[in-house]
Amino acid sequence: MSESQLAAADTTPDGRPLGGTLMEMKNITLRFGGVVAIKDISFDIREGEIRAIIGPNGAGKSSMLNVINGFYHPQEGEIWYRGARRKAMKPYQIAKLGIARTFQNIALFKGMSTLDNIMTGRFTHMNASLFSQILWHGKAAREENENREKVERIIDFLEIQSIRKTPVGRLPYGLQKRVELGRALVAEPSLLLLDEPMAGMNVEEKEDMSRFILDVNEEFGTTIALIEHDMGVVMDISDRVVVLDYGRKIGDGTPDEVRGNQAVIDAYLGVPHDD
Amino acid sequence: MSSHKRENAYETVPQLLARNVHQFGNNPAYRLKELGIWQSWTWAESAAEIDSMALGLVDLGLEVGDHVAIIGRNHPVLYWAMVAVQCAGGVPVPLYKDSGSEEMAFVLEHCDARFAFAEDQEQVDKIMEVAEQLPKLESLVFVDPRGLRKYGREKLRHYQDLQAAGRHARDTAAAVLEERLQAQCADTTAVMLYTSGTTGRPKGVVLSNRNVVQASKLSAEFDSLRHDDSVLAYLPMAWVGDFVFSIGQAYYTGFCVNCPESADTMQADLREIGPSYFFAPPRYFEGLLTSVQIRMEDASRLKKWLFKSAMAHARAVGPDLLDGKPVGAWDRLKYALCDYLVIGPLKNTLGMSRVRLGYTAGEAIGPDIFDFYRALGINLKQLYGQTEATVFITIQPDGEVRADTVGVPAPEVEIRIDDKDEVHYRSPGTFIEYFKNPESTASTKDPEGWVATGDAGFIEEDTGHLRIIDRAKDVGKTATGDMFAPKFVENKIKFYPDILEAVVFGADRDRCTAFINIDLTAVGNWAERNNVAYASYQELAGHPRVAEIISSHIETVNRSLAEDEMLSGCQIHRFLILHKELDPDDGEITRTRKVRRRVVEERYADLLDALYNGSENVHVETEVTYEDGRKGSISADIQLHDAVIADRVRTVESAA
Repeated sequence: MSESQLAAADTTPDGRPLGGTLMEMKNITLRFGGVVAIKDISFDIREGEIRAIIGPNGAGKSSMLNVINGFYHPQEGEIWYRGARRKAMKPYQIAKLGIARTFQNIALFKGMSTLDNIMTGRFTHMNASLFSQILWHGKAAREENENREKVERIIDFLEIQSIRKTPVGRLPYGLQKRVELGRALVAEPSLLLLDEPMAGMNVEEKEDMSRFILDVNEEFGTTIALIEHDMGVVMDISDRVVVLDYGRKIGDGTPDEVRGNQAVIDAYLGVPHDD
Repeated sequence: MSSHKRENAYETVPQLLARNVHQFGNNPAYRLKELGIWQSWTWAESAAEIDSMALGLVDLGLEVGDHVAIIGRNHPVLYWAMVAVQCAGGVPVPLYKDSGSEEMAFVLEHCDARFAFAEDQEQVDKIMEVAEQLPKLESLVFVDPRGLRKYGREKLRHYQDLQAAGRHARDTAAAVLEERLQAQCADTTAVMLYTSGTTGRPKGVVLSNRNVVQASKLSAEFDSLRHDDSVLAYLPMAWVGDFVFSIGQAYYTGFCVNCPESADTMQADLREIGPSYFFAPPRYFEGLLTSVQIRMEDASRLKKWLFKSAMAHARAVGPDLLDGKPVGAWDRLKYALCDYLVIGPLKNTLGMSRVRLGYTAGEAIGPDIFDFYRALGINLKQLYGQTEATVFITIQPDGEVRADTVGVPAPEVEIRIDDKDEVHYRSPGTFIEYFKNPESTASTKDPEGWVATGDAGFIEEDTGHLRIIDRAKDVGKTATGDMFAPKFVENKIKFYPDILEAVVFGADRDRCTAFINIDLTAVGNWAERNNVAYASYQELAGHPRVAEIISSHIETVNRSLAEDEMLSGCQIHRFLILHKELDPDDGEITRTRKVRRRVVEERYADLLDALYNGSENVHVETEVTYEDGRKGSISADIQLHDAVIADRVRTVESAA
């Protein structure tokens, strides 16, 4: 198929070489009872790229992200991560593998400050014993200082110094999204999953968020997989795009290729389906 | 101090730096909040940073007299860069960091800059965008590397790389640097600052080391500034005030300059630092007072009552206590109680607990606002100055502080008022020239060194205080022959927290009218409390109930104008509320927020016509420029409103 050939292109649209395969989804099928959410989908995510998953409502995008994230376990298919087949895991085990995510409907601790919320993202890096933590001695103190520095670097990176001590429940939506991104970033993920990072934002907030996503990718070399509705944003920032419709893959390639793909155009303009 | 050099031996900023290393070597010279922690550098450490930066500049090929642009927010590295450029024989030219590419291109080209320091990617991008127009620009030095990883390195380097190169080249560059430092004296140029100017292109004001050091010395002695004072540097580096406070006075007295973490955290950083010496434009004090009032509106009844009673007493006796006037023991006791319960905590919240000396300048400040801060026991004073004077023209001495004057001539400043009421001055701070602009220099500064300020004013006979009426060229006559002083009226209108900006028209017309900008914070809060729904600035500005409020303010202003025999002809007959805020990106106000009357008049010509032809409403299409230089347009239907005119109080007809 022509799609798989396109997916194998070795440079990004702006000419950056693509890294090796970080994650590969092989023939994934996910069912909820009788409902087939994802049907026999295969695609890969390569190191250092920004990979978008798009599709109309109900296409299976969020389910796909939840499969990558280990929250759903597909009935069929294989997930290969860093060259090894991944077994069914709990989400926290996945987090330890270096996969972090944000949520479509913000999932922050509303009563806690920005700083504390982002600090929770470092939990995978806290290994001191309970005893040491209670006494605030040795390893616990050292770890907290290190973690705080990492958190502060991210606060600086996302330009949210002014809301460091503000309870996140009081923040406007766009800033809460940024805090959530911050919490995912401090985990120092090698793969960052973003579930509709621009949903509900105004143009200015979208521009800011796009810039942060690009900066994260460039500064930290983080591989990013994102779901997004806003076509303009997706086409601007993604290196490669996979298009889903009714749980099936209908396109895969660079933004330009996807834009010219008839199946994709039909799906978005609402051509009646055969099945 | 064993080897105390004579004071006048220090003629230049680099010489003052050397003295500070000797005298206060281990005292903090700069602080910067970074990663949530205040980092500090002593005078000795700062001098070492400056030294390697200066060596780097020599190594890069900086020649004596070269202009070096400095663009960014208040940051120790950029302050070091300014002094390093001076050490290396160059002239620092700080630019407003929020100027667009075109504005920057003009200045960079005009001053033939070969090198520039840019804070971050945003500033680098702006310069890159116009690089083709700037063939003389050789290289850029940046402070924050974020986002610049992929940029070519031929013309671009990190400041630490510049310093490393400088240290590496020490063997050859050190001798050159030393020679250049030796050659500097009071007459060499210290800095060039571009004035935004309410008319025309910016002009480069050349200030010598004598200007800077003398102006700093005299003003520091006037207010007895000490080396243990501290300031928060948050005003634009391109503004002469910041240069004199954060470099001139800081180097002269050896106090510490604190840089906030970001523009948004300024208020929190202010609280943490608790500066003893604080400068802010009237707009800042207005905004702060508005936010206090808004928070008090939402407070509980008991707190409201406490605040009201404490403030009433503070307003009655606070200013007198500050001025050292006699105050009864009972009132003192009551003030102490108010201080303990309300004033102290409030000052702490505002970050002003330790302010020993506060200044405001640039615009007139509302008497209510001024008195509020003085009532709190904050020694807020006014001064009058301009770039061409290295700030100081007049200044208010302790004990003679008033809202309506700008004080007496600063030390060693001479003032005279010409027959057209224009204020002229001559001082040690008087600038050398406008760069590459001998005509303007000649028309502003006469051969004897007197400089025309362009402001009309008079000296009060009994106190010797200067009072500024208006910009000299704006003062005119209405068609009916009454005196017309727009700024005077605008200031009266702007004293209302609901009103951010006002532009009054009326020269050579039969009556006066005004454009009003509402203050989004104050009016927005009112809307919230009164269940007035709005989605945008434009919608709120066009709300009929907002117009009612503004109308009542204008009515009060008219009544107070009617009592003034000279200005009763300036009453506002009609007004409208603009659908957008006046914006420096559109050229409507300067970066220091002074209204460009001509521009506003031209851009909104149709609105102005409508104010005079009696129409009820008018449809406008306005082009706006976004921060990144892109253009767009907004359209609006604007209502015009008639204001209530008060009867003139004509006491003696012959007075005017």
